[in-house]
Amino acid sequence: MKAIPPDSVGLVTPARLRIEQPLVLSSGGVLASYELVYETYGTLNSDHSNAVLICHALSGSHHVAGYHSAEDAKPGWWEQHIGPGKSIDTRRFFVVACNNIGSCYGSTGPASVNPATGRPYGPDFPMVTVRDWVETQARLADALGITQWAAVVGGSLGGMQALRWAIDYPTRLRHAIIIAAAPKLTAQNIAFNEVARQAILTDPDFHGGRFYDHNTEPRRGLRIARMLGHITYLSEDIMRQKFGRDIRGGTLNFDYQVAFEVESYLRHQADTFVGRFDANTYLLMTKALDYFDPAGETDGDLSRALSRVQAASLVLSFTSDWRFPPARSREIVKALHDNDLDVSYAEIKAPHGHDAFLMRVPRYVDIFSAYMERVATA
Amino acid sequence: MNSRRLDFRIIADWIRPQSRVLDLGCGDGTLLDTLARTKKVSGYGLELDDQRVTESIRRGVNVIQTDLDAGLSEFDDHSFDYVILSLTLQAVKYPEQLLREMLRVGTEGIVTFPNFGYWVNRLRLLRGRMPMSRALPHEWYDTPNIHLCTLQDFEDLCRKEKILILESEVVDHEHRRRLGLSLFPNLLGEIALYRFRRA
Repeated sequence: MKAIPPDSVGLVTPARLRIEQPLVLSSGGVLASYELVYETYGTLNSDHSNAVLICHALSGSHHVAGYHSAEDAKPGWWEQHIGPGKSIDTRRFFVVACNNIGSCYGSTGPASVNPATGRPYGPDFPMVTVRDWVETQARLADALGITQWAAVVGGSLGGMQALRWAIDYPTRLRHAIIIAAAPKLTAQNIAFNEVARQAILTDPDFHGGRFYDHNTEPRRGLRIARMLGHITYLSEDIMRQKFGRDIRGGTLNFDYQVAFEVESYLRHQADTFVGRFDANTYLLMTKALDYFDPAGETDGDLSRALSRVQAASLVLSFTSDWRFPPARSREIVKALHDNDLDVSYAEIKAPHGHDAFLMRVPRYVDIFSAYMERVATA
Repeated sequence: MNSRRLDFRIIADWIRPQSRVLDLGCGDGTLLDTLARTKKVSGYGLELDDQRVTESIRRGVNVIQTDLDAGLSEFDDHSFDYVILSLTLQAVKYPEQLLREMLRVGTEGIVTFPNFGYWVNRLRLLRGRMPMSRALPHEWYDTPNIHLCTLQDFEDLCRKEKILILESEVVDHEHRRRLGLSLFPNLLGEIALYRFRRA
C-alpha cells in the first residue's frame, strides 16, 4: 500500500442519484428514469455558494480526483488540478463531478439494463447531446441544493458543457471556465470521429451494438478508434520528443510486430482502453461532439447564441493543440465580448497538444488558480 | 509606487464615467482596475506577455491575450467609447494601422508615448549616441521600441490620417506636469498624452 500524497483529496467514494422524472432528449428520445453517478470533494458552505461543477470529456468520468482505494495505481483524471492547494482548491470549493448519461462508468448508458426489455439498451440507447447532459447535471444540482454554481468547469468536450450551461441556465452559474474547447467541430474533427466510428461499426464483433448479448465486444474497432484519438491528442512535436523514431530492441525485425516506440505507445493506449470503455459509449460521445453547435440555433451566429449568457468566463487554449487550436477558443471569446460579457482569455504555451489541458503546466496552474481566486471572492 | 500611475491619473481625468474602454497593452491591469473602481468603466485589456496576463486576471481585470500586431479585427466597429494605447505605440509594427483600427472600434483614442524630441534624447544624439533616457531605458540593440516619434511627428501623422486631437498633455518621467512643459512641450516633455477622434 502506497501513501496518498498530501495534496490529494485522498480516498473518495462515488455516490448515486436516481431520477424518476422522465428526460426528454434533444433527439426526441425519452429516458423514463435514469441514474447519475457522481463524486464530491470539499464542503458545501452554508449559503451553498462555493460549488464547482466539473464536466468530463469523451472518455472521462466522475472520478476526477483522489483514489477509490489505497491500491489504486492512478488517481482521478484531473488530479493535477483538483485538491487542497491546487488550481481548484478543495479547501475552499465544494467540487462536484458527474458521470454523463450514455457513459459506461456508472450513469445510465447503453450497457445499462433497459427496464422496458430487461436487456442492455445497446443500440436502443437514445443519442444524447451536450444540452441533454447539462439538463441532467441541473437535476443533480437541484438534488444537492445548489441553485447557482460558483463555476462550471471543463476541458475539451467538458468545456462545451460549461459553455452550454452558460447558455441554457444563465442565472445558475457565476463563472464558466472553458478549456481547450471549440464552439463546434470542423469537418476535419468530424472526419476523425467518423473514422473511429467506422472502425467500431464495421467490427464483426459489434453485432449492431448488441455485442453484450454475444458475450463479446468490438475490441478491434475500439482499439483502432482509441489509437486514432490519441494521435489527435498529441502534437507532432511532443510525439517526436517522446518517441522520435526510437526502435524497440534497437533493430528492425522486418515484420509487423512493434518496431517503433510510438507503435508501442498506441498499442498500450488501445490495450488499456479495451475492457474499461464501452464501444456504444464511444459512438455516442463522438456524436455528441459532432452535433455540438450552439450557433446552429441562431443561423450560425455564435454571438447571438450567447446573448442570454450572464456568467463571467475564462477561456484557455494551448499553443500546440491542433485538435481544438487557439483560434477556435478565440471564436468563443469574440462571441462573449460581442455581448459585453466579462471574459478573460489566455493562450498557454505548452508542447503537449490537446492533452495539455490535463497536465500541470506551471503557467496554466498560475492562471487557473488566479481565476479561481476571483471565483472565490466574487 | 508604480511610476505610471500619474500618467494613468491624467487618462482617468479624460474618461467619462461608465464608459466602455479597450486598453491595448494593458500590462498588469492597473489602469483598467483603477478606471473600473473610480469611473465605473467596463471593458477589456489586451496583453501579449504571459506574466502580465496572469497579473491582470489576479487583479480581476478582463484580459485577452493577444498580439496587437495581429490587429483588432475580432472587435466590431464602434464597440468602445475609448481605446487606450499607453506607452505601447512605439513598440508596435504598424502604428499607423493601429491608430486607424483604434478609431474604427472606438469613438475616441488615447495614446501615450515617450517623446523622442525630449531634450535629453536630443543631447545624446548630438553627442553621437542613440538616445536613452528614463522613459527610454533600452540599448539600441535590445529595445522593443521600433517606431519612436516626437510630438510634432505624431501630430503630423494625425493630420495626414484626418485625426482630430481633442486634448494633449506632456509630463516628465515621473509623470508630473511642470512649469515650462506647456511652453516647450516637444523639448521638455518626456512623455506625451493625446486624446483624439476622427475629424
